[in-house]
Amino acid sequence: MNITKQVTALAVGLGLVTLSACGSGDGGSGSAADSKTVTLVSHDSWAVSKSVLAAFEKQSGYTVKVLKDGDAGQAVNKAILTKDNPQGDVFFGVDNTLLSRALDNGLFQSYEVKDADAILPAYRTDADKHRVTPIDTGDICVNYDKAWFSEHKLTPPGSFDDLVKPAYKDLLVTENASTSSPGLGFLLGSAAKYGDDGWSGYWTKLKANGVKVVDGWEQAYNEEFSGSAGGKKAKGDRPLVVSYASSPPAEVIFADPKPTTAPTGVATGTCFRQIEYAGLLSNAGNSAGGKALLDFLVGKTFQEDMPLNMFVYPVREGAQVPAEFTEFGPQAKDPETMDPAKIAAHRDQWVKSWTSLVLK
Amino acid sequence: MDIARTEVAEAVGAAEAAARRRGAALRGGLLVLPVVFFALFFAYPVAAIVARGLHVDGVWRLGQVGDVLEDPGIRHVLWFTFWQALASTALTLLIALPGAYVFARFDFRGKQVLRAVVTVPFVLPTVVVGTAFLALVGRGGLLDELWGVRLDTTVWAILLAHVFFNYAVVVRTVGGLWAQLDPRQEEAARVLGASRFAAWRQVTLPALAPAVAAAGLMVFLFTFTSFGVVQILGGPTFATLEVEIYRQTSEIFDLGTAAVLTIVQFLAVGAVLAVHARTVRRRESALRLVAPETTARRPRGRGQWALLGGVLVSIAVLLVLPLAVLVQRSFATPGGAGLGYYRALTRDDSGIFLVAPISAIGNSLQYALAATGIAVVVGSLAAVALTRRDAGRLVRGFDALLMLPLGVSAVTVGFGFLIALDEPPLDLRSSWILVPLAQALVGVPFVVRTMLPVLRAVDGRLREAAAVLGASPWRVWREVDLPIVRRALLVAAGFAFAVSLGEFGATVFIARPDNPTLPVAVARLLGRPGDLNYGQAMALSTILMVVCAVALLVLERLRTDRTGEF
Repeated sequence: MNITKQVTALAVGLGLVTLSACGSGDGGSGSAADSKTVTLVSHDSWAVSKSVLAAFEKQSGYTVKVLKDGDAGQAVNKAILTKDNPQGDVFFGVDNTLLSRALDNGLFQSYEVKDADAILPAYRTDADKHRVTPIDTGDICVNYDKAWFSEHKLTPPGSFDDLVKPAYKDLLVTENASTSSPGLGFLLGSAAKYGDDGWSGYWTKLKANGVKVVDGWEQAYNEEFSGSAGGKKAKGDRPLVVSYASSPPAEVIFADPKPTTAPTGVATGTCFRQIEYAGLLSNAGNSAGGKALLDFLVGKTFQEDMPLNMFVYPVREGAQVPAEFTEFGPQAKDPETMDPAKIAAHRDQWVKSWTSLVLK
Repeated sequence: MDIARTEVAEAVGAAEAAARRRGAALRGGLLVLPVVFFALFFAYPVAAIVARGLHVDGVWRLGQVGDVLEDPGIRHVLWFTFWQALASTALTLLIALPGAYVFARFDFRGKQVLRAVVTVPFVLPTVVVGTAFLALVGRGGLLDELWGVRLDTTVWAILLAHVFFNYAVVVRTVGGLWAQLDPRQEEAARVLGASRFAAWRQVTLPALAPAVAAAGLMVFLFTFTSFGVVQILGGPTFATLEVEIYRQTSEIFDLGTAAVLTIVQFLAVGAVLAVHARTVRRRESALRLVAPETTARRPRGRGQWALLGGVLVSIAVLLVLPLAVLVQRSFATPGGAGLGYYRALTRDDSGIFLVAPISAIGNSLQYALAATGIAVVVGSLAAVALTRRDAGRLVRGFDALLMLPLGVSAVTVGFGFLIALDEPPLDLRSSWILVPLAQALVGVPFVVRTMLPVLRAVDGRLREAAAVLGASPWRVWREVDLPIVRRALLVAAGFAFAVSLGEFGATVFIARPDNPTLPVAVARLLGRPGDLNYGQAMALSTILMVVCAVALLVLERLRTDRTGEF
């Protein structure tokens, strides 16, 4: 008897939950039906302070819905797959390594943001068509474990050239260039530095010098790298890792109690600059709202809120960068860069050659 | 007289024909919902994404099949997928079969808790499993500290993790049946002069073999389609078919290649399931089963205690230890052991989720409850339809079909949902219900597999007797079947619940940032640098583990009288 009651209770409970599930689902893709909602599609790293988003909603009258769509590559691919009937109005998070794929597939429509002039000229791309707007930038660089290097009385490497020196044998861990965006960035950085013909020779030397390749950033940084909080716990033994220029400040900010100096540093001569763009999706249901949202993304408030949430740098001239950033992870002066069109033309072939050169 | 007899015979024949028609209609009715569910939320999305890859600009590109299969890189992936699954299955059987015996035949303190504990890895998401396992076999793990042995990025790490993951499949499937085999049959053989081994080989082994085969096939299926474990532990040099499909779809965006690989995986999984369905059917042939409580007893003699000890040690090292490392790390704050990371979970200032990470628990529970509801309704209807004795081959084939979602890549299903369920009246992309639907896909097979053996064991004569006495089909079900299967129903619901809680692959595609599930939150926290994020990921993993363990422990108290396959 008791069990019958349990079954009934369970069934009733489940029925209610299912009903409420349907009730609270917004049904429909939202934007077309509801001009007061604007939907931002992005990748998992998207983050913003609650108060900043709330202020925009209050001032603009739009409710912002955010849809995070996996890692950067996955989010772009999903946006392309659904471009005829998009999931939202604005897409944020296509970077220079994937930009051509997005543009060639007609993902975006043209819109010039209000403050276009405030964006630093170095980051402006597609300036004649305005299909995308740069939002943030960050450097992919080799990070080093300060404690390890001082313990071993060794100067940390400073450049791509240093990494192949015997002193740094078996110290570096990097990510698979075919599955990880920092891994790809590091490969592109080397290609920018040594040229279309020289990069493979560089990697042959790097391999001979004992570079270790793991699949993703999480393993490289949290498991293999001896300088990160996770890596220390996992007893990681590689004091050099391919990560971001903003990782050292993150090690300070996400520590409790906060240390006075960052436990890690950046090899400033190993950096590749990533730029992330946003754009109005081609078939956006709420393009007015989408335009307002894009204006907001390049606005001063958001640009200054961004660094501590997404660990990237603003692209807006005069936007304040938090003190932790300048103190613990200065931006590289002269990072490697590459034209998105050139990346598009070579990426697949380079990754393929890199795979057979380094992994096989 | 003769005429009367013919008339009676005709009347009986007509009644039987009518009953058969009614039966067929009833079965059809029962199957409507499962068929619609399966077609809409599995077959259609998967077909849509495969077609998108192979049907470009109005032309079918079937030539691509040959190109892809001739690529040496792809061949290498196929070969690796196959042999690691075979090796994983063999190793899992080798290590878990003694465990199955011990759980079946011995009575010891804490058995129920332990049975729940060994099942925890099976329902944990692979992100957590991979991280846990790295703590054991990776650098600084136990093996490293004791003997300086590191297995990360070797195939051994993958194989051992697969044992960790699938131990419960063998213990539950084989052990469940073993516990119900009457030990007196073996004893009788020995009394008649058979040696211990001969008695076991001729009496127990034949009864057990189909269960071992079924368990082995399930382990093969799970390891053949392994994703997270291989990605995290294998490093970039090892890739299974599933990993390659993910890479082609998600990173390289070569949908054609992904489609070909999906079809290959589909065929392989289909073959495994067909064999599985046959073995399962064979196993359901009449065995004299007894209540499990009557077959287990305290171990006697040095040999039995040694066996029990050995199994407990292997469980401690292979299953409990990796989980314990997660727990330990969740408390290891920089200032010493403490609740710092757990407290941090309640703050909503990190910006990653727009909500405090702790709210992921509530989300996960809600999603899992809804998914369980769907899975139980769909799965039970299918199971009832499949039990009917007049179920034809077509219907029995549906049984295997319902298992297919277990073997199809989550990225394929996720992308499929995205492009197939995007237009009214089925525009579900931004709906809450999408996550439970995806989770229910994985839950349904467990419900069907748990319910089927129990339903099939119901004596058909009871139903007939009730029907003869004038009971309606509904009344027959309520009065005869339900009392017998209600425990199985609860167990099925519990298992679907635990599996939904841990489901990661498809959920990660569709979960919204303001309501992440536990596994999604763990993955996102692990994706950021810094001590606090890492610690919170460990704390959330621990919470997920505890929730799963509690759900499974409740199930242990409700164990069915008859065995299910999981």
